Amino acid sequence: MSLGLEHYLVLSAALFSIGLYGALTKRSAVVILMSIELMLNAANIALVAFSRYIVPALLTGQVFTIFSIVVAAAEATVGLAIIMAIYRSRETIDTTKIDLMKW
Amino acid sequence: MALEIAFWVLAIVAIAAALAVVTLRNVFRAALSLILCFLAVAGIFIILSADFLAAVQILIYVGAISVLIILAIMLTREVERGSLSNKLVVPVLISAVLFFGTVTFAMLKTSWSLVSLPPAEATTVALASKLFGEDGFILTVEIAAILLLATIIGAITIVREK
Amino acid sequence: METVIPNELVWLIFLLPILSFAVIALFVRPFLNNPRLSGYISISAIFGSFILSTWVLISLLSAPGHELVIPDFNWLVIDSAINIHLGLMIDSLTAVMLIVVTLVSLMVQLYSQGYMKGDPGYHRYYALLSLFTASMLGLVMVDNLLLMFVFWEMVGLCSYLLIGFWFHRPAAANAAKKAFIVTRIGDFGFLGAILLLLSQTGTLDIAQLHSLALAGVLTGTVLTWAAIGIFLGAIGKSAQFPLHVWLPDAMEGPTPVSALIHAATMVAAGVFLVARMFPLFEHSEVALLTVAIIGGLTAIFAATMGLVMTDIKRVLAYSTISQLGYMMLGLGVGGIAIGIFHLFNHAFFKALLFLGAGSVSHATGTFDMRQMGGLRKVMPWTYATFLIASLSIAGIWPLAGFWSKDEILASSINNQPILFYLAMVTVFMTAFYMFRVVFLTFGGQYRGGSPANHSPRPHESPSVMITPMVVLAVLAVGSGWFNVTGGFSRFLEPSETHVFQGFFGILAHPLPWVSLILAGAGILLAYAIYSARWLSAERIGRLFEPFYVVFSNKYWFDELYENIIARIVLLKGLFAGIKLFDSRFIDRGINAFFIENLVVRRFFSGLKSFDNRGIDGAVNGVADTTVATGRVLRIAQTGQLQLYGMFIILGILAISLALIFFS
Repeated sequence: MSLGLEHYLVLSAALFSIGLYGALTKRSAVVILMSIELMLNAANIALVAFSRYIVPALLTGQVFTIFSIVVAAAEATVGLAIIMAIYRSRETIDTTKIDLMKW
Repeated sequence: MALEIAFWVLAIVAIAAALAVVTLRNVFRAALSLILCFLAVAGIFIILSADFLAAVQILIYVGAISVLIILAIMLTREVERGSLSNKLVVPVLISAVLFFGTVTFAMLKTSWSLVSLPPAEATTVALASKLFGEDGFILTVEIAAILLLATIIGAITIVREK
Repeated sequence: METVIPNELVWLIFLLPILSFAVIALFVRPFLNNPRLSGYISISAIFGSFILSTWVLISLLSAPGHELVIPDFNWLVIDSAINIHLGLMIDSLTAVMLIVVTLVSLMVQLYSQGYMKGDPGYHRYYALLSLFTASMLGLVMVDNLLLMFVFWEMVGLCSYLLIGFWFHRPAAANAAKKAFIVTRIGDFGFLGAILLLLSQTGTLDIAQLHSLALAGVLTGTVLTWAAIGIFLGAIGKSAQFPLHVWLPDAMEGPTPVSALIHAATMVAAGVFLVARMFPLFEHSEVALLTVAIIGGLTAIFAATMGLVMTDIKRVLAYSTISQLGYMMLGLGVGGIAIGIFHLFNHAFFKALLFLGAGSVSHATGTFDMRQMGGLRKVMPWTYATFLIASLSIAGIWPLAGFWSKDEILASSINNQPILFYLAMVTVFMTAFYMFRVVFLTFGGQYRGGSPANHSPRPHESPSVMITPMVVLAVLAVGSGWFNVTGGFSRFLEPSETHVFQGFFGILAHPLPWVSLILAGAGILLAYAIYSARWLSAERIGRLFEPFYVVFSNKYWFDELYENIIARIVLLKGLFAGIKLFDSRFIDRGINAFFIENLVVRRFFSGLKSFDNRGIDGAVNGVADTTVATGRVLRIAQTGQLQLYGMFIILGILAISLALIFFS
């Protein structure tokens, strides 16, 4: 069985689902952030695979991936900054305990 | 054949590392698994002949984001507490498995309009002309630059001591 | 000044206030922190817009077809199927609205310098006023429905922020929320109409839609539903029955804001929208009839509630709803010119009434008319201007309100006789409740003002507040004269047939006399009860007690809506189910039977309280219901982001599965 688009897509879906599971079940905000990075990576794989198998000459999927990485970097930076700020004021980054927005 | 072996090895490493990220109790080890997963994804990019992206993946994810995450772990004493789960484990596990099933089903059902051309070689130059050339994505590049600037300012403002 | 205005300057009309908003919010407030400067910037910006608007009007008067062609540019191009332009549509309707909006906003902003003096939110106030005005100006100028919807929502957002300006007062915060949510119901109709038009015609360009409707391409059910959807949006924004409930509560905002909302922005947007899309309504009998009926009903319905309110601003609020009903009626039976002419006149005298009410409360510290009285001597300017505005709204010849109101009456007598009689009764009521306000506030003896008043002796307001009122008073007298010979109507609709001719010529017709006599009777009755005291207000109140109870409880619309929301929309069972899920599968600890018991018991106690409320009509029931609603809603709002995330995933799953199985 030769390597095809489906292989990459299933791999991408698997990584995404694992990340999803982590993002929704973990208490530690840092681990949630890590899981989100997993999901973004999964999406990148799908983008590059589409680029390779559907428009091999155009590279648009790769361009998208570059922007996706930019946004991921920005997201990680701000996310971690927020985590630091919360930790400083609340002494915890346990998301089940951070529910100040609930009246 | 070599490509297929490489794919399967990398895929298994990526998935195993990802599973480790969400299951390990030690947050520090989870972060190290994440780095391993990033590396495996970089390998996948190489198989997909996206050599520039593979380099970017290593530079940004493995080099920068991982360092940030580890820094955050150190600064928030996460290692002592360990990676705990909330009360939603069972419903989310079911949802995630269902999600995987649905998405996989949909992907395999779809008839993709595949093109069997050889991949573009030396993607760096081609990407550069895509990003900066005529009819390219130059506006998007500039927006990305503004986003990064805003991120830097925002992050500094958020963590600054009052 | 005969030169036509350059295109770039037309864009400036709404860019100036936006710029002023940005400068105040981003520069003056953080770096200079000079409140007076914020006010000056905002006022100069709107003054500039006013000058440019006047120029636009002058250019249009000589332009062919009263239209300016402004080159537009592509904004959103999707696959050649959808092509949305970013452009301006400058015609006579726009020019009139521009003048109204900029002039009233200018007066309100000048007045606010006195009214808001020393308020800690002075910067925010002027920044928001600028944005509010800019949104409204954008709304009247854009040439396609999508952009119009954007500005439409911006107007809604700004009114939310301004009604809740004193957000630390719970009443203001709730009123703001109510205004936002109630108007949103109407906006669904508008959005639905936009999507319907886009899917049926592939364009959102207003001029193109007009020509499609005129050419008969756009007809039948599609046209009717699109028109009704648009009108639903107008019902929400213009506070027409049955979505009128937000406007009286919007009185919680600062009074100059009320003047702006009631006169030029926000509520005028609904009437403008119907006028803008009028060709669509014209080709659908059902839609046009709906507009007329809703307008006519709202006019009398709101007037009845205005009869019994004791809060001066609430009387004015109901009178606005009633007058908006007139405008809709005018649009429904007459046409653009008649409806917009009333909007034009109403803007000036209603802004003046609100500024007068603000001036009165500035002096007495209250809005309750029972605590006022005798202000005629101490506040002569306020009294004189308020009296002029009241005569104008009552429709006394030759003031502004007379001209537009009688045109509406004249066009309804031929088309909708029943609505005509309702409108006639409304004329009487309008005169009565307005002069009830005048006599209670300015006549008789001073009754002490607010108990918590800081200045026990009322005084005239500073000249910065009086001057705008005098300017508006001049307009409240004279703005109707623009159409004495039908010039205003011809400007808006070249084919319009003008009913009345001449300053005195109008008195040759019988109809104006009937309405004048009715208005005079209303004033006389108010005089008899509240000034001369020939008749006792209490005795009349007892005589008509059932009516009094119904009116003063506002037909129980608030209670009805609160109960519908609490009992049906929130689907108690669903939330109880989520709670059960939470406890069984997540907490595992709590006894499920106990929860079920609690749910059942709460349900029955809810029924019981509904019963009590239905019989008593107790107003404090509203508070209970709100609390109970909140208690039910809280169960779903755990504050746990990850639970919400899980629901998102379940939603995505449901959609994907539906797509897989049903396609």
